[in-house]
Amino acid sequence: MIPGRFDYHRPASVEDAVALLARLGEEANILAGGHSLIPLMKTRLASPEHLVDLSGIGNLKGISVQGDEVVIGAMTTQFELISSEELGRHVPIIAETSRLIADPQIRYKGTFGGNVANGDPGNDLPALMMCLGATYAVTGPDGSREIAARDFYQGAYFTALEHGEILTAVRIPIPSPDHGYAYEKLKRKVGDYATAAAAVVITMADGKCTSASIGLTNVSETPLWASDAAAMLVGTSLDKASVDAAVAAAEAITEPASDMRGPAEYRTKMAGVMMRRALERARSRAKG
Amino acid sequence: MNDQTKIDQDRAERTEKLQGMGCKRKRVEDVRFTQGKGSYVDDLKLPGMLFGDFVRSPHAHARIKSIDTSRAKALPGVVAVLTAADLKPLGLHYMPTLAGDVQAVLAEEKVLFQNQEVAFVIAEDRYIASDATELVDVEYEALPCIVDPFRSMDPDAPILREDIKDKMEGAHGPRKHPNHIFEWQIGDKEATDAVFANADVTIKEMLVDHRTHPSPLETCQSVASFDKVKGELTLWGTFQAPHVIRTVVSLISGLPEHKIHVIAPDIGGGFGNKVGAYAGYVCSVVGSIVLGVPVKWVEDRMENLSTTSFARDYHMTTELAATKDGKIQAMRVHVLADHGAFDACADPSKWPAGFMNICTGSYDIPTAHLAVDGVYTNKASGGVAYRCSFRVTEAVFAIERAVELLAQKLGMDAAELRIKNFIKPEQFPYQSALGWEYDSGDYHTAMKKAMDTIGYKELREEQGKKREAFKRGETRELMGIGISFFTEIVGAGPSKNCDILGIAMFDSAEIRIHPTGSVIARMGTKSQGQGHETTYAQIIATEIGIPADDIMIEEGNTDTAPYGLGTYGSRSTPVAGAATAVAARKIKAKAQMIAAHMLEVHEGDLEWDVDRFRVKGLPEKFKTMKEIAWAAYNAPPPNMEPGLEAVNYYEPPNMTYPFGAYFCVMDIDVDTGVAKTRRFYALDDCGTRINPMIIEGQVHGGLTEAFACAMGQEIRYDEHGNVMGASFMDFFLPTAVETPHWETDHTVTPSPHHPIGAKGVGESPHVGGVPCFSNAVNDAYAFLGAGHIQMPHDAWRLWQVGQKLGLHN
Repeated sequence: MIPGRFDYHRPASVEDAVALLARLGEEANILAGGHSLIPLMKTRLASPEHLVDLSGIGNLKGISVQGDEVVIGAMTTQFELISSEELGRHVPIIAETSRLIADPQIRYKGTFGGNVANGDPGNDLPALMMCLGATYAVTGPDGSREIAARDFYQGAYFTALEHGEILTAVRIPIPSPDHGYAYEKLKRKVGDYATAAAAVVITMADGKCTSASIGLTNVSETPLWASDAAAMLVGTSLDKASVDAAVAAAEAITEPASDMRGPAEYRTKMAGVMMRRALERARSRAKG
Repeated sequence: MNDQTKIDQDRAERTEKLQGMGCKRKRVEDVRFTQGKGSYVDDLKLPGMLFGDFVRSPHAHARIKSIDTSRAKALPGVVAVLTAADLKPLGLHYMPTLAGDVQAVLAEEKVLFQNQEVAFVIAEDRYIASDATELVDVEYEALPCIVDPFRSMDPDAPILREDIKDKMEGAHGPRKHPNHIFEWQIGDKEATDAVFANADVTIKEMLVDHRTHPSPLETCQSVASFDKVKGELTLWGTFQAPHVIRTVVSLISGLPEHKIHVIAPDIGGGFGNKVGAYAGYVCSVVGSIVLGVPVKWVEDRMENLSTTSFARDYHMTTELAATKDGKIQAMRVHVLADHGAFDACADPSKWPAGFMNICTGSYDIPTAHLAVDGVYTNKASGGVAYRCSFRVTEAVFAIERAVELLAQKLGMDAAELRIKNFIKPEQFPYQSALGWEYDSGDYHTAMKKAMDTIGYKELREEQGKKREAFKRGETRELMGIGISFFTEIVGAGPSKNCDILGIAMFDSAEIRIHPTGSVIARMGTKSQGQGHETTYAQIIATEIGIPADDIMIEEGNTDTAPYGLGTYGSRSTPVAGAATAVAARKIKAKAQMIAAHMLEVHEGDLEWDVDRFRVKGLPEKFKTMKEIAWAAYNAPPPNMEPGLEAVNYYEPPNMTYPFGAYFCVMDIDVDTGVAKTRRFYALDDCGTRINPMIIEGQVHGGLTEAFACAMGQEIRYDEHGNVMGASFMDFFLPTAVETPHWETDHTVTPSPHHPIGAKGVGESPHVGGVPCFSNAVNDAYAFLGAGHIQMPHDAWRLWQVGQKLGLHN
């Protein structure tokens, strides 16, 4: 449980960080909250020669409303996501999800950006970002660009982020004030990654579902956006037959690993159960 | 206020001041523990101290073709790298286990389990040591491995222990196969078989008490410091039994025992994990002897869970025979015990399966037979008693699951069946069919109190309604009611049947009263968090009338403490607690003579009054213990040697048999398999209660570990012998969030043979708790025809039960 040797860098600006990463090359890793990277280093599953700590960059933190979007700085901690009144008012599912990440101590250090950017399918926020249709702002040696959350995740720990690029902020469209939402997570104990989890955001009008978006956590190599399942719900009253069909469609896109949380078959079914429960709760919250 | 009231009030005040037995004295050790001021092995920093770290095997079974340490030795800061080749000339590449086997310290020709110790790197700091472990090049040739203990004795099974392959006589008799360790039998086989052949009703089930591991907050660790000039070794370590470690170190190192100083400082939990001797201890000692400077070894969490002794892994084919009206006539059990690569059980030496023969439980079962076969597999070695007296958790699990299965078969209520078969109060002392003499018990009273308190009848009614509602599809929740009525056997033990490597299992106390009336007392036991500094002082306070706050308890330094066998198997109170009372009584007897001299009366004219001797009929004429202590040193009676101290080595005449009635109410979400404990009620009878608050704390802790074991905690291996989940990510250590609320209760049936009637309690909640949780889960599914459901009852496994029963369609 002792990491190998590494050099530590703490740049003061995004530009410096990008320059450092370019100079240090492939053996450099970005350090945000450290709660994914440091355990990997302690077990020597990762042995970066350089750590570039982003905590000295002041303008990577913060939550603000810009037009019809909420913009969250990458180094905003998970605790700050939970305690932001403004975020709670506009996109309450973010706090609901963040409360289920690890435990309070970790959430004081663990960052929003680290959680969404490192590509761990066990993280809770990536599926939620896909569900919400978020956009990631990244800066690299060739300048800045934007990547849709739904296009970002390519495999376990593989993302659209190129080496040397830094996630700086995430833009999240503010859902309709009448929307219903829920994040349901099955886990073995406090602090655990999900056996399966589902993020659901819907809108309803006259008892019919007018829009639906569903994200699934930790049931594949990447977080999943269950777009077909969601589409099947639109126009229905979320009656049992429609929900059954949508759950089956969502289960069909899962490809979980068998691990100590249970065999693949179980985790697929739990994705379905979590989605069903999240839908029920989202519906009870939706106005209309 | 009349005179008598005044006298009573005065006595009550003086009694309260003592903080003696029966009061909820706050734990004195917590002053340092809660402020981070404990002093643990890893806190020790000595000049020039080096750090050791292990190179471990990635394979479960492999031949070592070569070990090249040159790259590691070349790393700046690395001082030495030890391999079996270095230890062999010293005869230290193997060490004896407590179970009569030997265990590799560093693997010589083969590795036999994943993470086995292969080389020990010693460096200037732990970071360099860790880096250097990656630079030791070991070439392995992988061999087929045995993971399933039921394959160990197959004719074509690979031979695991080549070091003993020709030694067909083991420590406990003949071996049937090179992978067989022992067969142990007790009871009357013929008579048992005969009862089964003619019984009205029988049940038979394979009950698996799966492999798990104690997980104290502090892992195993040691610091060895060898003084080459004096030829003396000082060894600090996480030792539940420091004196035994001293003797074992002397026997295997050849150093004379008086030149070995073993010190167990504060210990952060043991639960059986710190009874045995481990490769790390030996390597730190060898390192220090070779290098002449102190060497520290500290295990990390993954090493702890995957290498130092595991617990359980008992596969118990359990049978009961009964009349059709529910009188149990016989019990028959066969156990296949998976010991891993080496038999490193920490049992009294004559008991290869511990006290598994307590498996007839709380019931008057006239005929029984038990056979245990121990086998080797390619897993870490053990197994230790995880918060229980030697294999008692396994035994209680077997009987308490079996009576439930019998009740189900008979269509009888499980509580009623138990009551019908309880040993009756008038049968104590009770001779069990498998050889134990139960000292005392009143099971009926305890069971009735428990059932009344929990509202058993109403719970069964509620469950009946819930089951109907489930069948009608109105709920997706199942309700289970778990019962466990356990009898423990603790306080090892009488020398006629208990020893460790020939050392009889007495324990000891030395009490010294200072001239000013304060006290230091030292014991042969060693607290790992049990609160000994608090409770032993309470015993002494009550016995000799000196306030507990004026009594210091010291343990763990083998130079100053009297020889003892240590703390495990709930033996501290039954054995060292008895020694404490007896030593205190010796002091009191001398004090009485001194008081008589001071008061110029005959000894027989004195009577004891809380904290003083007073003249019978003249209560105003008295001498307090404090006054007597001064006189003992400075004005003793003529011809009496000065001083006031006593030592007692206590050999218990029998074990003690704590018992309890536990009830659990559980609600299970069929769709996820998640089980929620709605209520857990634990009634414990541990005889005389020394400190009710500490008992409650022990019960809370034991129940939490029982909850963990039953509901998810396990050490699992895949088919290649890779250890799974050996970190707190996967190993289920419940937090406050998962842990149920505990309701505690008690009855008091003192032990008739113990000086203060105390029986021990630390492990009862674990022993009784595991089957109670499992019974609750099993009870929830029983009406659906689930059959026996194996532990651990984590969510995915319970979901699979529902899946098999077709509950998810």
